[in-house]
Amino acid sequence: MSAAAPSLASGAGHAPVLRERGQREVFCGLTGIVWLHRKMQDAFFLVVGSRTCAHLLQSAAGVMIFAEPRFATAIIEERDLAGMVDCQDELNRVVDRLLERRPEVRTLFLVGSCPSEVIKLDLAKAAQRLGAKHAPRVRILNYSGSGIETTFTEGEDACLASLVPEMPALEFGSPLHLLVVGALPDIVEEQFLRLFAELGIERVGVLPARNLADLPAVGPDTRFLLAQPFLTETALALVDRGARRLDALFPFGAEGTTDWLHAAAQAFDVDEMHFNRVVAPGRERAKRAIQHSRERLQGKRISFLPDSQLEVPLARFLSNELGMVPVEVGTPYLHREHNAKELALLPDKVRLSEGQDVDRQLDRLRADRPDLTVCGLGLANPLEAEGLATKWSIELVFSPIHGFEQAGDLAELFARPLRRRDMLKV
Amino acid sequence: MQLSVWTYEGPPHVGAMRVATAMEGMHYILHAPQGDTYADLLFTMIERRGKRPPVTYTTFQARDLGKDTAQLFQDAARDAIARFNPQAIMVGASCTAELIQDDPAGLADAMQLDCPVIPLELPSYQRKENWGAAETFYQVVRRLADQTIRPRGGTRKLANILGPAALGFRHRDDLVEVRKILEALGVEVNCVAPLGASPADIARIGAADFNIVLYPEIASEAARWLEKTFAQPTVRSVPIGVGATREFIAEIAALAGTEPAAALGDSASRMPWWSRSVDSTYLTGKRVFVFGDATHAIAAARIAQEELGFEVCGLGCYNREFARELREAAALYGVEPLITDDHLAVEEAIAAATPELVLGTQMERHIAKRLGLPCAVISAPVHVQDFPARHSPQMGFEGANVIFDSWVHPLVMGLEEHLLTMFREDFEFSDGAGASHLHTQAPSPAPPAPETVIANDAEPGSLWTAEAERELRKIPFFVRGKARRNTELYAAEQGRGAIDLATLYDAKAHHAR
Repeated sequence: MSAAAPSLASGAGHAPVLRERGQREVFCGLTGIVWLHRKMQDAFFLVVGSRTCAHLLQSAAGVMIFAEPRFATAIIEERDLAGMVDCQDELNRVVDRLLERRPEVRTLFLVGSCPSEVIKLDLAKAAQRLGAKHAPRVRILNYSGSGIETTFTEGEDACLASLVPEMPALEFGSPLHLLVVGALPDIVEEQFLRLFAELGIERVGVLPARNLADLPAVGPDTRFLLAQPFLTETALALVDRGARRLDALFPFGAEGTTDWLHAAAQAFDVDEMHFNRVVAPGRERAKRAIQHSRERLQGKRISFLPDSQLEVPLARFLSNELGMVPVEVGTPYLHREHNAKELALLPDKVRLSEGQDVDRQLDRLRADRPDLTVCGLGLANPLEAEGLATKWSIELVFSPIHGFEQAGDLAELFARPLRRRDMLKV
Repeated sequence: MQLSVWTYEGPPHVGAMRVATAMEGMHYILHAPQGDTYADLLFTMIERRGKRPPVTYTTFQARDLGKDTAQLFQDAARDAIARFNPQAIMVGASCTAELIQDDPAGLADAMQLDCPVIPLELPSYQRKENWGAAETFYQVVRRLADQTIRPRGGTRKLANILGPAALGFRHRDDLVEVRKILEALGVEVNCVAPLGASPADIARIGAADFNIVLYPEIASEAARWLEKTFAQPTVRSVPIGVGATREFIAEIAALAGTEPAAALGDSASRMPWWSRSVDSTYLTGKRVFVFGDATHAIAAARIAQEELGFEVCGLGCYNREFARELREAAALYGVEPLITDDHLAVEEAIAAATPELVLGTQMERHIAKRLGLPCAVISAPVHVQDFPARHSPQMGFEGANVIFDSWVHPLVMGLEEHLLTMFREDFEFSDGAGASHLHTQAPSPAPPAPETVIANDAEPGSLWTAEAERELRKIPFFVRGKARRNTELYAAEQGRGAIDLATLYDAKAHHAR
C-alpha cells in the first residue's frame, strides 16, 4: 500500500489504495467475446471449456443474439477428462467441423477457460498444429479468458495481445504511424479517424482491425494511443515490438477526448493553432451535450464497484466535467502508469480500492449511501431494493461512450437512473 | 467435446443455486473461480429478485492453485456463516473446483460447524442443471428431514407440495392455483419446498400424509425417498391442461378421502367452452411442433391434441433423464421422439416438420422467428419475459385458460385466414403484411422477401414447374410450407417426375381432410 500523504497538487495520484481479496462479483475474461465477435467480422471465437462457460456467454449477452453468433463453446465432457479420448484429437474434430460450417472465418481464436487451464490443455500447441493444417485460409490463435487469470475486460486485453505478434513489421525508418488500440464501436472509430485526418495525421491504424486479415503494421516508428484503460498486456506486447505509448487521459468527455487527441497531435507535430481549430467544434458540442445532465448530477455522490477497469477514467469525467463527488472508486485492477494522469485529476479525498471482498464492500456502500452506485447486474436489483440508485456497469462496455459526440450519451447513462427515480410515482 | 452455441440447461451447480435461492435460511458455499458469480444475475435480472442469491463463492485464482485453495474454502465458509447465520449450509464445487479436488464436504466436516452441512457432489462434466436441482433437493430433504416424525393421519389430510424452485417457468403462479385446489378439497399444506421452505420446515416434511410432485424434473428423486422413508404416497399427475387437472383433483381426492366435486366444479374454467365455441373451429388440425422440458412438452402435446384439436407433428425434450416418458408420449401421437440438447438439431426438425405453430422454449422462439412461424413459450429455459407481472399460471383450470390465450394469440385468426386465401393478390392485405393483430411480427416493408425473387421461376433442379411454383405462392404463408411438403410427398408416392399445376391440385385433393 502506498504510504505517501495525499496532496492536493497531485489529486489522488498518491492516495492510498485499499486492496482486498475475497468474493468477487465480476465476470471472467470470456465475457469480452460478446462484443469482440461483433467487432472482428472475419473472426470466430471457440471457447474450450465447460457447460458453465457456454451458459455464462449466453447469460452475459443478456438476450440471445438473433443471428448465429461468431462464437461457440467446445464443452469438455467426462470422457475427455477420463482420458477415454485425447483432448487434442477432439479439438481437431471440433475445429474441422466448425470451419467446414463457417467457411468465411479467416481467424479462429481458441479461447482458454478455467477448466482448460486447470487440466493444462495446451491450446498454444493446438493452435500451432491446427494453424499449420488450415493455413493459409485460416489463421489460428489462442488466448486465455479464464476466470482464474482474467477479470472481465482483461479478456479483450489477452485477445488483442495475441494479435500483436501477427501484425506485420513496420519497416525501420518509416514516417511515424499512429495506432489506436482497443475495440471501439464502429461509429466511434470512424469519428476518431476523421478527426485524425483533419489534424493531418495520415497514417493511422486500429487494433483490432474490423477485418483481421488487414492488421496494421507495427515497429519503432509506431506511436500508440490506448482507447481503453484495461490493455496492460497489449501495451507491453506493442512496446516489445518497438512501439511507444502516448500518455494521455482516456477519451471520455470533452476534456478527456481533447487530451487524448492532443497527445497524438504533439507526437505528430501538429500545429497548436490547427489542433485547436480542428478540435474546438467537437469539444464545444460535447460540453453543450452534457450540460443538462450536469444540472442533475452536480454535487451527487457516486460509488463504483469494481467491474471493467473503466472506473477511474469515468470517475474523473464525472467529477471534473459533471461536478459529481466520487466516494469510493473500486476497480478490479489499478494500472497506475496508464492511469497516472487520470488519478491526478481525481479529488484527493476519494477512496480507491482494488480487488474485492463483496460483502465488505457492500457494508461500506451501505454506510456511505451514495446517490448513485455503479455495479454489475448481479447486484443492481438487490441494491435498488435496499433503496440505493444504481447504474449497471455492463452498459458502459456495450454502448458507444468514447469521444466528443458520445459525451452527452455517457453523461445521460448516469443521469437516467436518477431522473427515472424522480419521475416514478409508484 | 461437444460443440455448442446455446444451451438448454446450465451446469448442475446452477440447479443447486435454484434450490438454495428458493429456500429461506439456507446458504450455499460454492468452491468456484472468479467469474462463476455471473449466475447471480440469472436470479436478480431474469427473475427480478430483490435479494442476492444466498451463495458465497470462494473466488480462487490461478496463483492460489496448489497452494491454499482449501484454506480459502474454509475461510469463506466461516465468514459466510458468521455473516448470514444460516440454519443450514450446502457445500459443493463448480466445474473448475471439481477438477482441483479439494473435497468441500471433507473440509466442511473437519470444521465441525454448528449448523447442518449438506454436501453436494454434482458431476459437472456429466450432468446438467435439472439433474443438479433434483439431486440437491434430494440431499437437502434426506439430510434435514426428522425421521422420528410420522405422517399425521387425521381426518383432514396434510400434503407437501414439492418442486417449485427459483427460476422456474411460472412456478410462483402455479403454486397459487394448486393451493386453491387443495383448499377446495379440504387438504392442508404441510410444506411447500424448496420454494419458501426453511431447513426447519424441511425437518417436518414427514408429517404430511402424501406428497404432490408438481415438477418431476426437480422433485422426483426426493419424493421417491420420502415414499420409502415415511410411506407417503406420491401424486404424480401434473395439472397442466383441463384433463390433467381433473385427473390431479381425482387423485388427490382419492388420497384425502374427500369428494372431488368441490374442486372439479370450478366455474372459472373457461377453456373447454372457448375451445368448443364455433370461433375456434379454424384451430382444427393445425400442425404444432412441441419441444421443452419433458414434463411441459408432454403436457403441451396432450392439450394441443385433446383440448385444442391441433395435430401434434413433432414432440421432443432436452432432458434425457425423462426420455422414457417422452418416448411413450410421442408414440401416442405417432411422431418420432426428438431427445436432444442440440438446438441445431431441433431447428432442423422444426423446419422439416413445417408446423403452423411452435410450442417451445426461448430457444424455439428464436428458431420460429427465423423460420417465420408463430410460437408460444411453454417451458424453461426462462427469459425475463417468462416472469410476467400479472398472474399467469400454467397449472389448474386458470392455467388452462392462460394457455388457450397464449397459444391461440400468435395464430392468424379464423376469418382473416379465409380472407387472405380469397384475396391473395390484394396489394395491402397480403400475407407479407403479417397478421393484423400482431404488429411486432409484421415484417418491415423495405427489404424484398427472398421468395418473391424465386417466384419468377422455379429453382434450378427443382421438381416444380414455374407455373406450379407461382401457384404455390398464392397460398398464404402459414400453410404454404405444409402445401409444399404434401405436394412433394404425393409426387414422390405417385412417382411423378415433375410437379405441375395438375400435381399440385391432385395432391390437394389427396390430402383433403
